[in-house]
Amino acid sequence: MTGHIDSVKTYTTVWIALLILTAVTTTVAYVDLGPLNVVVALTIAAVKMLLVTLFFMHVRHSTKLTKLVISGATLWLAILIVLTLADYISRGWL
Amino acid sequence: MITAAVEEQQNYLNAGYGLKSWLLTKDHKRIALLYLATITFFFFIGGVFATLIRIELLSPHGNLVSSDTYNKLFTMHGVVMIFFFLIPSIPATLGNFFLPMMIGARDLAFPKLNLLSWYLLVIGGLFAIFAMVAGGVDTGWTFYTPYSTTYSNTWVVATALGIFIAGFSSILTGLNFIVTVHRMRAPGMTWFRMPLFVWAHYATAIIQVLGTPVLAVTIVLVAAERLLHLGIFDPARGGDPVLFQHLFWFYSHPAVYIMILPAMGVLSELVSVFSRKRIFGYSVVAFSSVAIAVLGFLVWGHHLFVSGMSLYAGMVFSFLSYFVAIPSAIKVFNWTATLYKGSISYATPMLYAFGFIGLFTIGGLTGLFVACLGIDVHVTDTYFVVAHFHYIMVGGAIMAYLGGLHYWWPKMTGRMYPEGWAKLSALVIFVGFNLTFFPQFILGYLGMPRRYHVYPDEFQVLHVLSTAGASVLAVGYMLPIVYFAWSLRYGKLAGSNPWKATGLEWTTASPPPPHNFDQIPVVTHEAYDYSAVIDEEVPVG
Repeated sequence: MTGHIDSVKTYTTVWIALLILTAVTTTVAYVDLGPLNVVVALTIAAVKMLLVTLFFMHVRHSTKLTKLVISGATLWLAILIVLTLADYISRGWL
Repeated sequence: MITAAVEEQQNYLNAGYGLKSWLLTKDHKRIALLYLATITFFFFIGGVFATLIRIELLSPHGNLVSSDTYNKLFTMHGVVMIFFFLIPSIPATLGNFFLPMMIGARDLAFPKLNLLSWYLLVIGGLFAIFAMVAGGVDTGWTFYTPYSTTYSNTWVVATALGIFIAGFSSILTGLNFIVTVHRMRAPGMTWFRMPLFVWAHYATAIIQVLGTPVLAVTIVLVAAERLLHLGIFDPARGGDPVLFQHLFWFYSHPAVYIMILPAMGVLSELVSVFSRKRIFGYSVVAFSSVAIAVLGFLVWGHHLFVSGMSLYAGMVFSFLSYFVAIPSAIKVFNWTATLYKGSISYATPMLYAFGFIGLFTIGGLTGLFVACLGIDVHVTDTYFVVAHFHYIMVGGAIMAYLGGLHYWWPKMTGRMYPEGWAKLSALVIFVGFNLTFFPQFILGYLGMPRRYHVYPDEFQVLHVLSTAGASVLAVGYMLPIVYFAWSLRYGKLAGSNPWKATGLEWTTASPPPPHNFDQIPVVTHEAYDYSAVIDEEVPVG
């Protein structure tokens, strides 16, 4: 193994950021924002996912091919979600 | 003397003897043969279920089996044929054997992973067989909820677990192919010198890696709802049954392309070698494989037109489904254009190729019928759909699989199959196939629903025709088993390149040595460069 790529300080900062975001998610869950509740929760989750992928999984320092594979997989997940929602959101339209 | 000289040469078959040398092999060629034996076994199990279905449908009154048993028969026919035969068929056998050879590699990138993939298919298959023996499963191969999660009293979880495990076999094969194509190409083997068979398998591998995990997740959710009573798909528990269909078809429609893309790859090889020409529009055919892989992921909703999906989503999915027809049509037109002014010979593999082109075209065009929102309402869940997808999967994928098996048999075994018998079987299969499935188009259009064994009397004539065709088809499928086995001992020695083909796999001995090539080849020409061999005749038995 090549050991850690970033400094311990960076990892600690990211870890604390993840803890804070978890606390924010929990707090926001108790506030009624209407339909925005889901949007806020998913946005925070996406940010956390990015932090883990980029820092803890070392993608920040990986090759372009690795980034392409990860982007591709994320795009495919987006296809699954967007086209499925194309059905759910539009059921009341006609 | 010649025989003795050939037998003394070391090849992958005589490199080791005994069960252990096969069950622990890391040679992609031996693993391909393990797959060949396994999927042939499953093909005949699935065939037995098909036979029972067709016999039952001879009579309109459901005389042979009960309704419950009939439900199990068509379910297990679908499960076995799709997950344990068609998905692994061409990639795991011909792809496994020839993809490394075609790019000048000594093996796949991960030989042990390759062996693990075969074991996973076998273990998954054992679960499915256990489920069949224990009492079967009756949900249809699509496992639609909430029936599969709440109401069915059959072996749903055991079968689903088998499919789950076999799915990992498919993922690992895809992963192996992707890495192999990226990392193992011989010097000079650029992306646009690769045979189209390799391009097709690369595109297939992308689908296997990106699509199959969604099936795995879906199966886990079905098991979770069935065993733990979580409300995911069952509306009575707050779930949504249409969500299951979205998730299931996100994999299972691209899975159709896992079955047909490798078949298209085989076709490109066959059409090229037996018309002694470079494939017309090589790069367009190569990119069309990738286009099918990508667009194939955007069309799944056409399975949900009458499932309560919104009309807007229906229109989007209908449009996208028409779109995927374009790269498929490009391939068919380009194969046809390749034939133009070609030096065509009619060896058995080419007969299968012709069969594929005709039958796939019918299957593809009827696909446009069912992609149309209005027509689909009329033919959903009828025999029209059954006929359509059998034209793609049997008329397309299996025709190409058999064509490829005949084409590469001399390379795999070192011996020729008997050409006369092979041509006869190709003809019998073509006639039997059309007699089986063409009447089903008419049946479906007239309103015969699928998955019913009791039907109005006026449909009996067409059902009897279909069953008669299935008998002919069964004979057609038995013949190759017999003469392939015969040829292993008595077939004419093939030599390294009996078809005078250009691919790298034909530059090495038949059967190939354990590591494929004595020296790694250096590639200086594009694939299908027949300018050097154009004047030589292909020997046809």
